[in-house]
Amino acid sequence: MEMKTNGWQPKIVAFFCNWCTYTAADLAGVSRMKYAPNIRIIRLMCSGRLDPQFVMAAFARGADGVLIGGCHPGDCHYVEGNYKTLRRMTLLKRMLADLGIEEDRCRLEWISASEGDKVKWVVNDMTEKLRALGPLDLPGKHKEWDAEMEALEKEVQTQQEGEPSHVH
Amino acid sequence: MSTKPKIGFYWCASCGGCEESVVDLAEDVLMVTGAVDIIFWPCAMDFKKADIEAMPDKSIVATLLNGAIRSSEQEEMAHLLRRKSQVLIAYGSCAHTGGIPSLANQFTREQIMKFVYEDAPTMVNDQKTHPQPHSRDNGHELEIPVLRNVVRALDQVVDVDYYIPGCPPTPKLLKEAVLALLSGKLPPKGTVLAPDHAVCQECLRNDSKPQDISLTEFKRPHEIIADPEKCLLAQGLACMGPATRGGCDAVCIKGNMPCTGCFGPVSRVHDHGAKILSYLASTAAGKEEDEISATLAGIPDPVGTFYRYGLAKCLLRGKVS
Amino acid sequence: MKTKTNGEARIGFYVCHCGTNIAGVVNVAAVAEYAGKLPGVVVSRDYKYMCSDPGQELIQTDIKEHNLNRVVVASCSPLLHEHTFRTACEKGGLNPFCFQMVNIREHDSWVHDPGDPATEKAKALVRAAVKRVALHKPLEVKRTRIHPDVLVVGGGIAGIQAALTLANGSQNVYLVEREPTIGGHMAKFDKTFPTLDCAACILTPKMSAVAAHPNIKLWTYSEVVKVDGFVGNYKVQVRRNPRYVNEELCVGCAKCVDACVYKEEKFEDEFNEGLAKRKPVYLPFPQATPPVVVFDPDACIQLKTGKCKKSCLEACDRDAIIFDQKPETKEIEVGTIILATGFRTFDAGRLPQYGYGTLPNVYTSLQIERMVNASGPTDGHIMLKDGSKPKAVGIIHCIGSRDNRTNRWCSRVCCMYSMKLAHLIKQHTGAEVFNFYIDIRAPGKGYEEFYEKLQEEGVHFIRGRVAEVADWPLTKEEEGKLIIRVEDTLAGFVRRIPVDMVVLATGLEPQPDAQEVRRLFNISCSTEGWFLERHPKLAPVSTFTDGIFIAGCCQGPKDIPDTVAQAGAAAGEALSLINAGFIELEPNTSYVVADDCSGCKTCIPLCPYNAISRDEEKKKAVINEAICKGCGVCVAACPSGSIVQNLFTDDEIFSEIEAVLG
Ligand SMILES: Cc1cc2nc3c(=O)[nH]c(=O)nc-3n(C[C@H](O)[C@H](O)[C@H](O)COP(=O)(O)OP(=O)(O)OC[C@H]3O[C@@H](n4cnc5c(N)ncnc54)[C@H](O)[C@@H]3O)c2cc1C
Ligand code: SF4
Ligand code: SF4
Ligand code: FES
Repeated sequence: MEMKTNGWQPKIVAFFCNWCTYTAADLAGVSRMKYAPNIRIIRLMCSGRLDPQFVMAAFARGADGVLIGGCHPGDCHYVEGNYKTLRRMTLLKRMLADLGIEEDRCRLEWISASEGDKVKWVVNDMTEKLRALGPLDLPGKHKEWDAEMEALEKEVQTQQEGEPSHVH
Repeated sequence: MSTKPKIGFYWCASCGGCEESVVDLAEDVLMVTGAVDIIFWPCAMDFKKADIEAMPDKSIVATLLNGAIRSSEQEEMAHLLRRKSQVLIAYGSCAHTGGIPSLANQFTREQIMKFVYEDAPTMVNDQKTHPQPHSRDNGHELEIPVLRNVVRALDQVVDVDYYIPGCPPTPKLLKEAVLALLSGKLPPKGTVLAPDHAVCQECLRNDSKPQDISLTEFKRPHEIIADPEKCLLAQGLACMGPATRGGCDAVCIKGNMPCTGCFGPVSRVHDHGAKILSYLASTAAGKEEDEISATLAGIPDPVGTFYRYGLAKCLLRGKVS
Repeated sequence: MKTKTNGEARIGFYVCHCGTNIAGVVNVAAVAEYAGKLPGVVVSRDYKYMCSDPGQELIQTDIKEHNLNRVVVASCSPLLHEHTFRTACEKGGLNPFCFQMVNIREHDSWVHDPGDPATEKAKALVRAAVKRVALHKPLEVKRTRIHPDVLVVGGGIAGIQAALTLANGSQNVYLVEREPTIGGHMAKFDKTFPTLDCAACILTPKMSAVAAHPNIKLWTYSEVVKVDGFVGNYKVQVRRNPRYVNEELCVGCAKCVDACVYKEEKFEDEFNEGLAKRKPVYLPFPQATPPVVVFDPDACIQLKTGKCKKSCLEACDRDAIIFDQKPETKEIEVGTIILATGFRTFDAGRLPQYGYGTLPNVYTSLQIERMVNASGPTDGHIMLKDGSKPKAVGIIHCIGSRDNRTNRWCSRVCCMYSMKLAHLIKQHTGAEVFNFYIDIRAPGKGYEEFYEKLQEEGVHFIRGRVAEVADWPLTKEEEGKLIIRVEDTLAGFVRRIPVDMVVLATGLEPQPDAQEVRRLFNISCSTEGWFLERHPKLAPVSTFTDGIFIAGCCQGPKDIPDTVAQAGAAAGEALSLINAGFIELEPNTSYVVADDCSGCKTCIPLCPYNAISRDEEKKKAVINEAICKGCGVCVAACPSGSIVQNLFTDDEIFSEIEAVLG
């Protein structure tokens, strides 16, 4: 397991559009390009299907980075889906920054079907940058936040009915 | 002793508006008080915590709790009321989704304390004294509640049966909820007691909304005098009606103010702010990054705007580092 | 997170070894064991080749024996075998969409080293698929009718061949060519390698057949300006540029050309690669098809100023000249499209060290093709600028090919056509011919033999990339000559070879407007600009857009035999769709849940295909699923989560996110 050999490894959730970036990742495979095994690709038909909720969910569920891949501007299989992605991502990036998520953790890349080498480069580069940033570990952070309530909760569970409590 | 069902009201981190909404029931208040025994309502009646503690578990039919949970004392009361109530209802935005208080989740507790007790312009505190949970005064042990790290919605602390949304909820929703409680015809646990469609459906300006909105500029309500007949989004105001649960009869829009999202999302949405972001950004014009940024610059504070009533329920729950 | 399940899932899981392609890197047994413990999985197996017949039968038997209602296969890319396994599910009695594929070859074993991280990745992806497949709903495939007419764009040999194949198979074909005549590059050649048959003898009959064919509508001097719709139902706008001649009336007698007020040929003749001049009104070459003259609006005095004598008008006894002809836009409906827009040659001026454009008697290969052509500007005589015959000729291979500074690819035909030209030059002039090459690439039928034949004929082959073509003599013999400086890598020293004429074997490049054209047709390009095939081996003439095929050099450099073969293949693919009469569409379209929709109208302007409209009575959005192509843009934007995309529902994607993360 990753954890055993190298300690912590960044986890990247990627959303790739079917027509360009997913295909480029296939091409990287067919060309046997080696890249970091940290990425988990989820296929969407178009980057325009990317609901910013997905990015939030990925971070909340433990992703250290989220990568969105679509066709180059002007090349979307569905004409303009990637412009919509760009609009959402522009605002999302700003919002994520305000929420304390470092810029390198959420990345939008235009990768065409022929750019297998770009998939390799982007994944490796992102993995490196995430390594430098260290774990985001939101599930861990949320747990930690909620640990402060545990003492009270336990007490409530063991409390005798009707007995007064004084816990802060 | 009365056999009428016992109902409790309680407030945690809230502004008092929710309490006001109960009074807003107007004559219907009489219907409510006639049908139920309000056994606990700190805002209006004198009851002590010990009285509640003395009651048998589950002896309160329903408690409507408003306000977010920030302090250990609020947390404790939430647990206590949960234990004593058959049905616990998160009442109002703060209990439902964290409300305005949960915007504090953008700052650490330390930042907040420092600002409030040291840096606030109205503060004179040369000693930089901060409140201490334990202190002695005049030979007395004093204890004050501690502030938790984050602000929580009620269901992030205890199990919640129903939600009545709104900042504050409308009297209509409260009345319907009480009637449902009395009749015993309650929907499945976890339901938000408001329609599961968006405000836009209730908005009288919906017909005036164009089918091809593509905004090159977002404006803030103080920057324009909005046409009172036309869709506010079409006028460049970031109206959240399309992404916000209805049930309010679009009252804000009737007052010529855009919807700010207090009812939270519909059941199909997991993260209200992200969804608001998604459709607002989709409505922005432009294909070049700087063009798009210029348009979206009209939304200077995305977190404060999109999570105004629900940062606690943002999937990230607040600022993370 | 709220998720809905449709009945209790009974999932069959299969992981493929793909020989050692997957099993050599990912521990497939461990993946199968792991998957077997995931919720809902009732059978879990690993197998050598899942796509083989026994592999597919395994799925079918399990569906029956274990009463499976969902299937997950972890193997290669869904773009390759999703259809195979969906069909297997269907044969086993399962709705084909209760299936999910996991890509652990292209996205895992082929890109990672053997070991735990690759296996862990496979497990994570499997987890996601198992979780999501439980949410899959049975779906119906939709069929769309294929309009039987075909559009072919580009009238080079590829387009001609494709059009004729289709037309002979009784399909109606629109052939749109940008130039005034069809024929493409091949029309410029004298002979073709390796058989040395006369290009015109094999091409001209095909060109006339195109013009005469009742099933072919030939539109030259025309361009496609707009493409709407989708496979089976494309709506195309073609702009017919004015040639100022009524095509129906003109017979190409060229009386107008003779009568033109310009007595001399003064304007650059594109067809002859700048070796000749033409008049403002001209026929590109004698066999031009259609045989209709063209007026050059930049040269014709009448068209430029309106103040010409118009002697041409009188000369035309068929009243075919129309000076106020306007561009005309034709709208056509076709079911399939073949792109055959060919290539352009490398601009030799980009490599100044070879003297093209600065030294006399340095020519490009296409210019020599014209020169050796009996109907060309020199009537087939190879001559120097002064009219004399060259005594020594150097042909430099790989101009703008196999070079990091220009184009990295091998243009595939230059070695062969250089040898063809060497043969023809020798035959026509008796000159000594030197070929300067990096490697000789002659990998076609009869090609190596052709190379041998040339060596026997006494053509010199010097291996080395030429450094420079210079005109500064060092010795008496070099005076008045072009000196080719080259390191002869076989002999091992630098040589200076004096010649009278230099031929630059320019390579093949994508058309300059390849990017615009592919956008118009919504297909992809390689980084270089060649149109991208759906699969380099298995779908070489298909594109990622259904119903659009590619043939010839627009896909990459190739010779005429390969071009013609591809054209036939593309026509075959189109015919196969037409014969089927319909095509099954992915049911990944979106629909609005009317009860949930608030009628906020956000989605309506977002759809690139205008598939969304408003039901004014109910005040809700509705998606026309026949028009929707399933991009999901509206789903992501829907502020109240009221639009669902089949196969990509919010719940399915959220469950994937959750599961890939552990
Ligand atoms: C100097 C030279 C010599 C060669 N000799 C030989 C030989 O001897 N034997 C051999 O096998 N091969 C030879 N070849 C290769 C041969 O030229 C190609 O294989 C062949 O021409 C490819 O045909 P094509 O139809 O794909 O492209 P092209 O011949 O380039 O035809 C493309 C056609 O499409 C048209 N077009 C382009 N864009 C558009 C548009 N947007 N709309 C409408 N129309 C458009 C063009 O005007 C053109 O008519 C040689 C190549 C060169 C450069
Ligand atoms: S004002 Fe707001 S709620 Fe009303 S129609 Fe416009 S967007 Fe919808
Ligand atoms: S999924 Fe895409 S194509 Fe289909 S209706 Fe929505 S926006 Fe249009
Ligand atoms: S299909 Fe790739 S971004 Fe739209």
